[in-house]
Amino acid sequence: MKAKVHITLKPGVLDPQGKAIGRALASLGFSGVGEVRQGKLIELDLQADDAESARVEVRAMCDKLLANTVIETYTIDLEP
Amino acid sequence: MKAAVVVFPGSNCDRDVRVALEASMGRPPAMVWHAESTLPESDLIVLPGGFSYGDYLRSGAMAAHAPAMREVVARAKAGVPVLAICNGFQIATEAGLLPGLLMSNASLRFVCKDVHLRVEHSQSLFTDCFRAGQVVRMPVAHRDGNYFAEAEVLDALEDEDRIAFRYCTPAGELADGANPNGSIRSIAGIFNETRTVLGMMPHPERLADAELGGEDGKTMLDRIVAALG
Repeated sequence: MKAKVHITLKPGVLDPQGKAIGRALASLGFSGVGEVRQGKLIELDLQADDAESARVEVRAMCDKLLANTVIETYTIDLEP
Repeated sequence: MKAAVVVFPGSNCDRDVRVALEASMGRPPAMVWHAESTLPESDLIVLPGGFSYGDYLRSGAMAAHAPAMREVVARAKAGVPVLAICNGFQIATEAGLLPGLLMSNASLRFVCKDVHLRVEHSQSLFTDCFRAGQVVRMPVAHRDGNYFAEAEVLDALEDEDRIAFRYCTPAGELADGANPNGSIRSIAGIFNETRTVLGMMPHPERLADAELGGEDGKTMLDRIVAALG
């Protein structure tokens, strides 16, 4: 089973990298881009048998290491 | 007194801390590799600056789970003083020894220069060589020094006198131009609840010899060493 963990900054947390990307896009002529937020994608190969136990385990991984929940939030997508 | 410096893969200020501590203590501190699961008997633990694990994932995130850190956290909870400098501060927040975390500098640039710090609270092992309100100059060298915590956490830090240093102008005033990294409320260093853990982005060990440009850092380390016997 594969898990994809998307980690993004919580709303309201300043994202200087996202802002720099937004400015670069504007300078390249891409108009009409609103706020840009940058995050991380982490792909995991798991040996879990069922989706429920995989989700519980990945959530623990996120809380312990993958994300810092002071500023980040995460979503977990599982693929068989 | 005995001190231990924890060395992680990518630490690069561990030697400077060793030299500065040896000058203050008259004997070298124990240098403890991160993979060790035990620490020698220590009256002071230092988490040095650097780029542990190349800042992978988040600065300090990987090092915070190193075997030696489990022991550091246990000792800190038992009251052993911990001085966490720069990357050490990042590691201490990720390990839960201190609240909040250090984000990328607002400028997205590495900042390496002397800054002015206002001593916010002098009643601690680490800061009682200074007086509250005193302005000291110390070097910073980091890309991820932008302190952040939620408003309730910041209010609690202020209410409990747990802000050690703030970035300021030479006259001691807070100003955006005097804040090198965008830290919220200009915070440069904080204490834990018992003021036995200090996390700070500036480097006192780089000001421990007159030939390096000053001795404010030596004053601080000498005082810590004297207090710990």
